Amino acid sequence: MFSSMSLVTLQNYWWVLDSVLGALLVFFFFVQGGQTLFWQIGKNEDEKTLLVNTIGRKWELGFTTLVTFGGAMFASFPLFYAISFGGAYFVWMAILLTYILQAVSYEYRKKEDNTLGQKSFESFLHFHGVFSVLLIGVAVATFFSGSEFRVNDYNQGTWMNTAKGLEAALNPFNMLLGIALVFLARVLGAMYFINSIDHDEIIERSRKQVLINTLLFLPFFLGFVGWLLVRDGFAVGADGVISMVPYKYLTNLLELHFFGIGLFLIGVVLVLLGVFVTVYKESRRGIWFSGFGSFLVVLVIFFLAGLNGTAFYPSYTDLQSSLTIYNASSSKYTLGIMGYVSIAIPFVAGYITYVWRMMNKKDMTMEEIKSEHELY
Amino acid sequence: MIEVFDPSMVNWARGQFALTILYHFLFVPLTLGMTFIIAIMETLYYKTQDEFWKNTVQFWVKLLAINFAIGVATGIIMEFEFGTNWANYSWFVGDIFGAPLAIEGIFAFFMEATFFAVVFFGRNRVTKRFQLMSTWFAAIGSNLSALWILIANGWMQNPVGTTFNLDLARNEMTDFFAIVFNPSASVRFVHVISSAYIASALFVIGVSSWYLLKNRHVRFAKASIMVAASFGFLAAIFVATLGDQSGYTVAQTQPMKMAAMESLYIGERGAGALVLGYPDPAKKLGDGSKGIAINIEIPYLLSIMANRDPYSFVPGIEDLVYGNEKEGIEGVASKMRKGKMAKNAMFDYKAAKSKKDEVGATQAKQMFEQYGNYLGYAHFDNPEELVPPVGIVFWSFHIMVGLGVSFIMLTALFLFYSRNNKLMKKRWLLHWGCWWSLMGILAIELGWIVAEVGRQPWAVQDLLPVKIAVSNLSTGNVQFTFFGFLILFTILAVAEVRIMLRAIKNGPEGV
Repeated sequence: MFSSMSLVTLQNYWWVLDSVLGALLVFFFFVQGGQTLFWQIGKNEDEKTLLVNTIGRKWELGFTTLVTFGGAMFASFPLFYAISFGGAYFVWMAILLTYILQAVSYEYRKKEDNTLGQKSFESFLHFHGVFSVLLIGVAVATFFSGSEFRVNDYNQGTWMNTAKGLEAALNPFNMLLGIALVFLARVLGAMYFINSIDHDEIIERSRKQVLINTLLFLPFFLGFVGWLLVRDGFAVGADGVISMVPYKYLTNLLELHFFGIGLFLIGVVLVLLGVFVTVYKESRRGIWFSGFGSFLVVLVIFFLAGLNGTAFYPSYTDLQSSLTIYNASSSKYTLGIMGYVSIAIPFVAGYITYVWRMMNKKDMTMEEIKSEHELY
Repeated sequence: MIEVFDPSMVNWARGQFALTILYHFLFVPLTLGMTFIIAIMETLYYKTQDEFWKNTVQFWVKLLAINFAIGVATGIIMEFEFGTNWANYSWFVGDIFGAPLAIEGIFAFFMEATFFAVVFFGRNRVTKRFQLMSTWFAAIGSNLSALWILIANGWMQNPVGTTFNLDLARNEMTDFFAIVFNPSASVRFVHVISSAYIASALFVIGVSSWYLLKNRHVRFAKASIMVAASFGFLAAIFVATLGDQSGYTVAQTQPMKMAAMESLYIGERGAGALVLGYPDPAKKLGDGSKGIAINIEIPYLLSIMANRDPYSFVPGIEDLVYGNEKEGIEGVASKMRKGKMAKNAMFDYKAAKSKKDEVGATQAKQMFEQYGNYLGYAHFDNPEELVPPVGIVFWSFHIMVGLGVSFIMLTALFLFYSRNNKLMKKRWLLHWGCWWSLMGILAIELGWIVAEVGRQPWAVQDLLPVKIAVSNLSTGNVQFTFFGFLILFTILAVAEVRIMLRAIKNGPEGV
């Protein structure tokens, strides 16, 4: 099946799969968002512990998605891996630093002799919840705004800005996406609390947070999307030459038809529907609408960056150094082999869903937290 | 042009990678092995329905969770450091190397993430049967992740299934199954996981011995020792029998590493394996001296291990560097000449291609096909650069082997005295068990040093030197993050150890 596909088909197929992982990562940002809400929603130590233990049981999924996204990018577009990680060095290192803190903080938070104290580990979680999302948003926005690098004839890269990637955080366009994602993550986090905790006050406070953070999310998100659709885009021609094309991303959105404008609108409607049923219908299932909606919107954003003859990792200092799914990809053989591997993805998704349902069948309650043997 | 980077930057990048793996490897072995020990105990609980086993599991799960968190934290850095620190590597061999990392994510990491959550928190939420299955899946998942990362590492030691694409100036995968079934990878995987089982067994034995010495949780400690000692003894025997295969693979694919492990400078037929001796500090490369002080050896053993033939020739460092015509070994100088021809052919090819000179391109390509295998050697100026740091490799290897022998004895004794229930009377053994609780991890770290330092100066054996593999960063960039991570990891490791010690002091509940 995969071995008979053309190289171009495989390159597109892998961009779509990497996009799915990227979109999944944003869905799992409900963990990061939840981490920033412990103080606002939990009013005493027990409530806070309940919140930490509710969301803490899912942190590994998002973490793993990031690692797998990295691995899949490495396998499918190794030149991106080389240029971006080796060039925008400090941004990625900063993101990784926050993930290190996350990995230990749940487990060590309440343990005796944890050396740094409970407060430190909680603030690590808060810090990670804001900055990992913000910086990942900034890094993804450079897929449209471009970076300063040059690639030589032997595909060795040089990053031209001495800030090594941190300069991306000074670009208002990039920041719009970063900030929008932080608020989106908080919306999803609050929805996850509502979905899985049986505690009236917590649900009430979470509802309030859903509304507030949606109102904060919208201007940043609309600002980002508006700017994206009117800006010039980095197009790649059939001859591999990169050029600036006006309204490139708007064109992509329309030309991708259902997979562009179609999914995008469905996604936006679902996000808002999730908020609506949470806030006004007292539904506890808002996370499923808004979560899936976020997934679709992010999926389309990735599609706009890489499909339809677009350079997904552009260089504005040296246009012809820009990375496209054609010049950055692995060989046909490797993409084909990895295509066979990708058949396993639905099975993996299947057991994750199955276990999730089993673990979330019962709501989290204060009683469980007080009797549980193993606690965060 | 291919850029060569600042050597101090190369060293800092290596140092940072080494630091990350050093920390990662302190914690991962316990995850690999304790998950199986816990799975065995959970199975005993499922079979007997005796609450004693449930409480036993719960205690070891608690320690596992403390350890798991920091293992995960150091692991994420490692994966991304291939990109951040080794950008040229990532492009030059990414077509091969990326695949196992992606597969590791898809097959292993999600399995771990999903089922560890059940192991830690599922007790009141899923059926007993599903809890048991999840424990086994968590164990299998973590060991699968070891499989894929070691397939990746095995390829760096013995790059099979690969060809050089002249147009893109990179290596490309030609045979996925050759990479998966690479002998260097298979041997490495089995060696690493069984060593991790020993390290985990020693940890469980050590903690339990301490309880026995304090006369606390006696039934719990004895039961834990019984499970761990059986598991550890089998693994230790396995590692020892397999050691022979590891040696053979190294000798066949990385003779320089083999020579460094034995500090063998002058190759010989019917070479003996060293029992007592050490690298002579006065040894200078090329002075013709033996390079080993004292030197008591078992005759023929090294030849048997290296080539399965007691009279075969085992090359020494000087044979490999300067060549040995009689034994048909090509010296580095000649390989360097060929490598430079390959490099020039590559440049000519590029130049001809850009001028659309097809004849010139074909000629350059033919030239490259003749010498392309030596391309990696083009980046050296001096044959002596090909020698890894002998002292570090030698000592790491020999201390590791010594520790390995002690593990067989220790687990055998624990098993023996557990079975006839005389453990409480053998206080010297319990003391030994306590002291040895972390020695398994030390041995693993040493083994990793042998494997990775012994491969120097190559990132990928014979294909890509580390000095070409790095990212285009300044020394200051890497120093900054190096110290950042050093401080962070150290603080977190201190926290981890203190939490662990406190949990051990508090002891298991209900048993």
